[in-house]
Amino acid sequence: MYVITRKKPLLSALLATALILLLAGCGSSSTPKPAADGKAAAVKEVKIGAIYPMTGVQGVTGLELMRGVELAVEIVNNEYPDLALPMAKGKGLTNLGGAKIVLVAGDHQASPEKGMSEAERLITQEKVTALMGCYGSAVTNTASQVAERNGIPFLNADSTSPSLIARNYQWFFRTTPDDDMFAENFFVFLDDLKAKKLITDPKLAILYENTLFGTDVGKAETRSAKAHKYNIVSDIAYPAKSTNVGSEVQKLKASGADIVLQASYASDAILYMKTYKDLDYNPAAILAMDAGFIDDAYLKGAGKDGYYILSREVWALDLAKAKPIVEKVNKMFKDKHGVNMTGNVSRAFTGLLVLADAINRAGSTAPAAVQKALLATDIPPDQLIMPWKGIKFDPKTHQNILGQGIIVQIQENGEYVTVWPWNLASKEIIWPMPKWNARK
Amino acid sequence: MSFDIMLGQTIVTGLLWGAIYTLTALGLTVIYGIVNIVNFAHGDFLMISMFLAYVLSIAVGFSPLQSLPFVVAALFLLGIVTYRLLIKPVLNAPMLAQIFATFGLMVFLRGLAQFIFGIDFRTIPTALQATRLDIGGIFISTPQLIAAIGAVVMFAAVYFFITKTRTGWALLAVAENREAATLMGIDSNKMFALAWGIGAACVGVAGCLLANFYYVFPEVGAIFGFLTFIVVAFGGFGSITGAFAAGLIIGLIEALAGFLLDPSYKYSIVFTVYLLVVIFRPKGLLGSA
Repeated sequence: MYVITRKKPLLSALLATALILLLAGCGSSSTPKPAADGKAAAVKEVKIGAIYPMTGVQGVTGLELMRGVELAVEIVNNEYPDLALPMAKGKGLTNLGGAKIVLVAGDHQASPEKGMSEAERLITQEKVTALMGCYGSAVTNTASQVAERNGIPFLNADSTSPSLIARNYQWFFRTTPDDDMFAENFFVFLDDLKAKKLITDPKLAILYENTLFGTDVGKAETRSAKAHKYNIVSDIAYPAKSTNVGSEVQKLKASGADIVLQASYASDAILYMKTYKDLDYNPAAILAMDAGFIDDAYLKGAGKDGYYILSREVWALDLAKAKPIVEKVNKMFKDKHGVNMTGNVSRAFTGLLVLADAINRAGSTAPAAVQKALLATDIPPDQLIMPWKGIKFDPKTHQNILGQGIIVQIQENGEYVTVWPWNLASKEIIWPMPKWNARK
Repeated sequence: MSFDIMLGQTIVTGLLWGAIYTLTALGLTVIYGIVNIVNFAHGDFLMISMFLAYVLSIAVGFSPLQSLPFVVAALFLLGIVTYRLLIKPVLNAPMLAQIFATFGLMVFLRGLAQFIFGIDFRTIPTALQATRLDIGGIFISTPQLIAAIGAVVMFAAVYFFITKTRTGWALLAVAENREAATLMGIDSNKMFALAWGIGAACVGVAGCLLANFYYVFPEVGAIFGFLTFIVVAFGGFGSITGAFAAGLIIGLIEALAGFLLDPSYKYSIVFTVYLLVVIFRPKGLLGSA
């Protein structure tokens, strides 16, 4: 055995270990910049802090979310009489003398610790009126703790862990339906497939990344599966930052599951699709808990290998058929960024509008007044670009009780089309998904 | 499908990934073995080489394999430039200063890639990507097989170069005793620069082979860099054969632990094995004290 001379081996090894741990927590940083310019110095400003993963592995998603929030700020701060949206008619926050909303961004790099320190910074140094964020449920969890401690309203538009509202926080509000609701939706969907005779008694596999988001989804799906009497043959949690997922896919194959219920972020979603193909795994369906699968990066990375998956969604562009407002807002977004809105964008967009509407009704930036106004929120469905029955918060949990999900499928040309509920569907579902060797 | 085939597939997958780990580890261990500096920017060298392959594919339509010679040459230069500008000044500085130098380089390179390319995931579409072999029900993806073969060839080449050529002996002499080697007329600076060049060139090969089937994004170095350090420490810092064996073993442990036990513990098991090695054999599998 050949060895090059070396010195201080133990010290080096230990030092390396310490630094690797540091490495794991240390992404590259970027300077957060205020997203809107606060040039209207004569008018009062209302600062809202938006904490998203602007860099790091979830950076793509963070930028998307930020764009959604920015578009909403644009609509609130200017006059759009044609748009039937909250806060579109007047200029700025009309009840606060037309005050403009100024966004202050925070970058949490998908790290719960950073989310916490960013929340701390935005509240104590930037003196924000309210906070928004943080996408990753684990980060939302820590950042909203800071808001709770400081008595600052925290509006969460995009984290779906059921445990977030189980805390019954005073200052935490969530507009998006949570994974309990979505998991339940899955099984109503499967029941509907049974009624259509597309499936009889499918074997299910539950596959999820092992941070808060994935594990909560896994639990919710297991509960719903039991309630609806479905057979789970495999339950796999995997590390969120894997280089390869060969063994996970082997486990899936070994289980003989027909339908995979999957919860992944973008990088792992891409990795899984490639590995499914490499190992020729052909389930009838992959039923994804959105996140990575509806991320802008997903199809860019997976290409055609990413087609035909089903995903629960909060939103889809083809909802425009039933709601013209969707088309109008999407056009504004597309003119600016050259791409269509996604579920992530539309949820963040809606979140900011809800917050602005509440601050406006409160007529004050005092936290208690905003909190009271949020509790009194009642936005009808026709003022939303979401497929919800409206927005109304549960007085105790502060969860929007009028939210509901849809199921989309990626079909030809990589379009996400609504396939369920049947009455909102814009295209027929493709079932089962084509086998790998039958795809071109 | 039978359990045997499943297990066979898992072992094959593990070994194929292990080969990739060995290749990223090779460069790191060469640099450490000769210059005695741990390059924390190593994973980001990998990222740079993948992006170079990506740029070449966009600009002139090269597949990553066609880009390989150019990327390797570029990385060789990058290694030498890094040595001249960054490492040489801290060569005799305390270890902490050396670590901060390469750590800073890591942050810089990652930021630079993010600045130029944004944070999207990119893939380089090639005809090879979709192909695979089917051997008795065990699938081997062709680009991964090519990567594994490339790893073995690269290992043999570097091993041969260092142990069988005059320049290689000079490298070893400098590693053994810098002062004595200088007295014998060997330019230690040149040798250190060469070691950095070779180390970076190894990652150039790894990057091209990896870009053939893996997506490219600014954080990719973090994901692979992490396992690379484990592999190098496991195999023994500076040990070339150790890095080879350790890479394959880590790949296997990862795959088998994921398949036979629980995927969410696969890295914990890799870590446990690593810690046991560090505790009971601090010099690593094949390192010498």
